[in-house]
Amino acid sequence: MGFFIEATIGGLMSGMLYALVALGFVLIFKASGVFNFAQGAMVLFAALAMARFSEWIPQLTGLDNKVLVNVLAFIGAMGVMIASAWVIERLVLGKLVNQEGITLLMATLGITYFLDGFGQTIFGSDIYKIDVGMPKDPIFLFEKVFEGGILVGQEDLVAAVVAAGLVAVLAAFFQYTSTGRALRAVADDHQAAQSIGIPLKRIWVIVWSVAGFVALVAGIIWGSKLGVQFSLSQVALKALPVVILGGLTSVPGAIIGGLIIGVGEKLSEVFIGPMLGGGIEIWFAYALALLFLLVRPQGLFGEKIIDRV
Amino acid sequence: MLYRENGQFKTSYRADQQIFPITQDRVLILALLAFAFVAVPFLASEYFFRAILIPFLILSLAALGLNILVGYCGQISLGTGGFMAVGAYAAYNLLVRIDGMPLIVAILLGGVFSMGIGVLFGIPSLRIKGMYLAVATLAAQFFCDWAFLRIKWLTNDSSSGSVSVAGLNVLGWKIDSPAEKYLFCLGFLVVFGLLAKNLVRSHIGREWMAIRDMDVAASVIGIRPVYAKLTAFAVSSFIVGVAGALWAFVYLGSWEPAAFNINRSFDLLFMVIIGGLGSIMGSFFGAAFIVMLPIFLDNVPRMLGMPIDTALASHLTFMIFGALIVFFLIVEPHGLARLWSVGKEKLRLWPFPH
Repeated sequence: MGFFIEATIGGLMSGMLYALVALGFVLIFKASGVFNFAQGAMVLFAALAMARFSEWIPQLTGLDNKVLVNVLAFIGAMGVMIASAWVIERLVLGKLVNQEGITLLMATLGITYFLDGFGQTIFGSDIYKIDVGMPKDPIFLFEKVFEGGILVGQEDLVAAVVAAGLVAVLAAFFQYTSTGRALRAVADDHQAAQSIGIPLKRIWVIVWSVAGFVALVAGIIWGSKLGVQFSLSQVALKALPVVILGGLTSVPGAIIGGLIIGVGEKLSEVFIGPMLGGGIEIWFAYALALLFLLVRPQGLFGEKIIDRV
Repeated sequence: MLYRENGQFKTSYRADQQIFPITQDRVLILALLAFAFVAVPFLASEYFFRAILIPFLILSLAALGLNILVGYCGQISLGTGGFMAVGAYAAYNLLVRIDGMPLIVAILLGGVFSMGIGVLFGIPSLRIKGMYLAVATLAAQFFCDWAFLRIKWLTNDSSSGSVSVAGLNVLGWKIDSPAEKYLFCLGFLVVFGLLAKNLVRSHIGREWMAIRDMDVAASVIGIRPVYAKLTAFAVSSFIVGVAGALWAFVYLGSWEPAAFNINRSFDLLFMVIIGGLGSIMGSFFGAAFIVMLPIFLDNVPRMLGMPIDTALASHLTFMIFGALIVFFLIVEPHGLARLWSVGKEKLRLWPFPH
């Protein structure tokens, strides 16, 4: 029983991390109808920027206050993400308005290739470390209730809390600020939003910047867990089933979907995996999402799809 | 064109329904085929066969298959690499486990197996649409990746799923020189190209297009979505499976599951989109573009005499590849086939535009 709960908690934590990446997908899809395959590349790009800036800043300025260096690196990386959001809007999306979904999808795949190449050209392609002082040691919980207690990685715990906090902040941003209201208006109906004077172009830059911010946070957390390397961009592939499970247009959907996929993946790996020869988690998540979709084709919280002739 | 359809009257339904109703088009295509079958084997160098022609032929075949599904029936699939892998490994197993299995039969049966898997993963398309379906088809990709890596029986108990075939021969004709491999693939491509072209002009092709354009309206006028969608998945994954078997047997020779990973699926989707959705010709254009681009990018620095170290070069290639794709989508979102038809239309009036 203790083992079961341990696996479940582990799944919930990694689910929070998937949700973090999934959130980036949802934000952009909601606001511009673009299925942004480049989200994974953005995570890698942001993490690379963060890792390298925190290395370069002490070398250039001689600062050795770690907190200050990390804060500066974070600001720098955020600047890079905002700049790339602006460039993407200016050079790519602005030119592809009113194209079909699949063309936009392929354009973001092109962006993925570009960002992967560009990031590794300017920031280098070795494995880098991000050290923002996350606690590493695992801790034991409920030692009195279960024999041996439940093993929980502190790092995962911090990550989950950060992810939850980020979601809360984003929800508040969407709900209470005027920019957030504009974003929701654009998500509802592009033309209506434009006709009452909401500048679409600026909104898209903002959305891509927010997605860049989410990518940066995800990149820092994943990067300090696994090291910053090329495989980081594969995180996006793990977040995709989360997005379709939760619904492409729903922020809470991304969170709930992330938790379901996280737990499902972990439990399947532990309990079903050995029967099938292991390594099943990657397709199991997709199969799980597929099963949910068969019942609800728009995902758990997505907008109902209404077909009209 | 330098010729027009003027004066070519059609006096029978047969003449009206030909693939190429204009005589000059017909002659041109036949000349092109004759050139490809007879002249190219003598003209091309070995490198040209290996690096460009054979991959181009096989990937065109795969793109053709994918175009039927995405371009004609409107169902986006990101699992193409998986279906190719099914074709390759099924053909391999048939060849290895059954004594005296003819090569062509094994390759075609590989396609049949791929068709089965394709239909299986096509079933969700009856309920799931658009981007949801696109992501859901990734399930096929990852499942196939996993199955060929972990289920030892499928790969004849070889370690890490790497297998190889040697001594290809058809009815005593040994296929070992690059020119023979080229001819072998060309034969497949011509047959399947003709098949696909005729399919999309027929009753079933029109059903696919109706489903693509608006599936609710199509079902209202009496087209069965189940039948149309599943046949599109079946035909598409059959062709893709055959292409996968050819890719493995003829081009690679020995391969492992990673040869059919998700990047292969993306590449094929690029070919279809850049070539032109819903166009047989577009599949060939797209395949040519995607096969040549990396080779071109690799060779440019060498031609300019700038030595670049390999890691940097590969990153730069990535960048330029991505940028070109985006550029291309912006300039011509309907693909090379559209450029071709626009050019043709202009030339038709040239040199008297009024």
